[in-house]
Amino acid sequence: MKESKTSKQLLQELLNQHYEEALEAKKSGELVAWSTSIAPQEFLETMDIKVVYPENHAAAIGARKCAQEFIDNSEARGYSIDLCSYARVNIGYMDIKESVAGNIPMPDFIFCCNNICNTVIKWYENIAKELHIPMILFDLPFNHTYEVPDHSVKYIRGQFENAIVQLEEISGKKFDYDRFKEVMKISSETAKWWKQASNEAAARPSPLNGFDLFNYMATIVCMRGKKEGLNLFKLWAEELHDKAKRKEGPWKDAEEKYRVMWDGIACWPYLSDTYKVLKKNGINMVTSTYPDSWSIIYDSNDLDGMARAYSSNYANRNLEFGADNIVKLVEDFSLDGIIFHSNRSCKLMDFRQYEVQRKVSRRTGIPSVIFDGDQTDPRAFSLAQYETRIQALVEMMEQKKKERANRE
Amino acid sequence: MNRIEEIIAIMEDVSRYPAKAIRESMEETGKEVIGCFPLYTPEEIVYAAGMIPVGLWGGQKEIKKADKYLQSFCCSIMKENMEHGMEGSYEFLSAIIIPAYCDTLKCVCENWKAAVPDIPLIAMVYPQNRKITAGVEYLVNEYKRVKDELEKISGKKITEKELEESIDLYEEYRKTMSQFVAIASKYPRTIDAKKRHSIIKAAYFTDKKWYIPLIKELTTELNMLPEEAFNGIKVIATGILAEPEVLLDTLVQNNITFAADDLAHESRQFRTGVSNSGTPLERLALRIAGNQKCALLYDEEKTRGQLLLDLVKEYKADGVVVFMMKFCDPEEFDYPIYKKELEAAKIPMLYLEIEQKMDSVEQIRTRIQSFKEMLTV
Repeated sequence: MKESKTSKQLLQELLNQHYEEALEAKKSGELVAWSTSIAPQEFLETMDIKVVYPENHAAAIGARKCAQEFIDNSEARGYSIDLCSYARVNIGYMDIKESVAGNIPMPDFIFCCNNICNTVIKWYENIAKELHIPMILFDLPFNHTYEVPDHSVKYIRGQFENAIVQLEEISGKKFDYDRFKEVMKISSETAKWWKQASNEAAARPSPLNGFDLFNYMATIVCMRGKKEGLNLFKLWAEELHDKAKRKEGPWKDAEEKYRVMWDGIACWPYLSDTYKVLKKNGINMVTSTYPDSWSIIYDSNDLDGMARAYSSNYANRNLEFGADNIVKLVEDFSLDGIIFHSNRSCKLMDFRQYEVQRKVSRRTGIPSVIFDGDQTDPRAFSLAQYETRIQALVEMMEQKKKERANRE
Repeated sequence: MNRIEEIIAIMEDVSRYPAKAIRESMEETGKEVIGCFPLYTPEEIVYAAGMIPVGLWGGQKEIKKADKYLQSFCCSIMKENMEHGMEGSYEFLSAIIIPAYCDTLKCVCENWKAAVPDIPLIAMVYPQNRKITAGVEYLVNEYKRVKDELEKISGKKITEKELEESIDLYEEYRKTMSQFVAIASKYPRTIDAKKRHSIIKAAYFTDKKWYIPLIKELTTELNMLPEEAFNGIKVIATGILAEPEVLLDTLVQNNITFAADDLAHESRQFRTGVSNSGTPLERLALRIAGNQKCALLYDEEKTRGQLLLDLVKEYKADGVVVFMMKFCDPEEFDYPIYKKELEAAKIPMLYLEIEQKMDSVEQIRTRIQSFKEMLTV
């Protein structure tokens, strides 16, 4: 009898397959796109165009602790040390084209969506210019209002329609609307299972070791429109659900003492260091603001709904939503504390952090700390500072626990 | 003091004491004032509403309060604006407009709501896909929203005629400024880098109806003089803005002048005119659609390098001075691309990393001197 695979095994297989297929496609002369991580991949999937995601690749390079070489390369060409390190790694890779973390094919065109930041516009402009390739831009206006305004939806929809024409021109193929409908359905389904899986961490103890979210994130980025992706996240959600039913916590060798949220992207070069400090203190990161960005759910064949969904990720929403979102996570996941990553690469996330922290603190009373780091630049993080901040958080959380116990 | 000197002195005074100039404008005209954050805001709509738009491009305050909202690695103009807002130095404003051109502006706009609750905020977004129909429509809708907000503040409707008149006035401003900078380049001693900066900057703090005739007069007066011989170095300035002013002093001391500029604070404001067709708001939206070569506006062809090369050629400039506003992502991303193009064309370049308030400019002074020596050898 064939033994069924775990989601973890499947995850690695799918990632390998994703990169192999893209490299293979390039070799056989098929089109390859580079895309930002929360772009409407539905259009590319419908056209059967292979895509790789520079953010994923840069994160992988960071996690393999080999980002510095690429960063040095781009900085030597005039890229400022203050720019996003994903961009600096990726632009360095465009020149070096070889990494132990795995290789990606060079793009034939660029697919860019600024719902994650405006920095990607500049970064991708530069790729398009350097490689003399076309660029498709989805400009999703920042939402200063709580909800996505109707005229933004109309504008985004107009860009969707425009992108179809651009894709037909670039690929020389007709856009298949029936296939599109199907891909929309799969994408929403996958996103639902992704959300379902991450929601399982609400159980106490959490069946999910939250750092796994960071591992699975690479796959929600690149597999959202594929059946294999859907199956993976369904399997993962089921595994976690069963684990929760059995009351199994995140670790076999340690107990979940505190439950925290992580705001922002991981420090990829120090993934295991940052994790170990938490585990040592019995802290499980049960949720994060970032992974929910891929919960892009809408009705199939509803372009307006799709436009709204893509513009509704927290990075593109106003500060009030940002605070409400975290307050809800505090309640839903029974959090004891919050860790804010002040990520040198990500001004859009950072420059709202102080006020969000104050608002959340006022409304929930739970303790939080901010530490300085970076998503891939190894120079911007200090383990000593991180440990000190986490220690402070533990003390505050412990104090709160005592106060609670005294009241009860 | 001749008339040229007089007008320059007036402009320098306005630039040096903006608050005083604004209060005087308010008293003379009886108009309310709306603060406009960088880079481009629909000043025409503000003016049509019977109010004076004033530019808020930072300052020189020591940052004490803005740190509560913004980390150290935030662009200094935005930190200064937050500081000024929190300190109360913008209290005479009836509202402010903050456009979300970059990630920092998006956040500053959000923080403003909490940090400076007393000054009403009009948040807006300029589309990046601004040339396609959907983008133009979106911008027209944003303008309508801004117009509605302004009408609420002023308590009266803005008519089509008022909008048309305001657009005409701003077109006149843009033409006047384009003529001024073209003529000024022939008089590098009378209009040195610092004076040029002050004259252009004064427009941000005054009623255009007051400002335009003075600049026209200045241009006419200059044009009557013989062209000035100049044995110094002529450069094209590029970046967000050319401050702090001590840098301009250093440039002047080293006999370096601006033949032309590609500064967001200066020529980028007036080098593109409005479209002649459509409703007033469409004409304004099409102006943005036609606006190219600005780091804050999507340009997949990255034509800025070519613009700088063209300016160097047209003005027979000796080189390019980059005023790199530290922590400005869009400008920092453009740099490696145009740097390569300028280097390929063997155009000398001076890169100055700046913040609005700098503790020490000694290093920059040395760099300016070396640049001069390199070019005079």
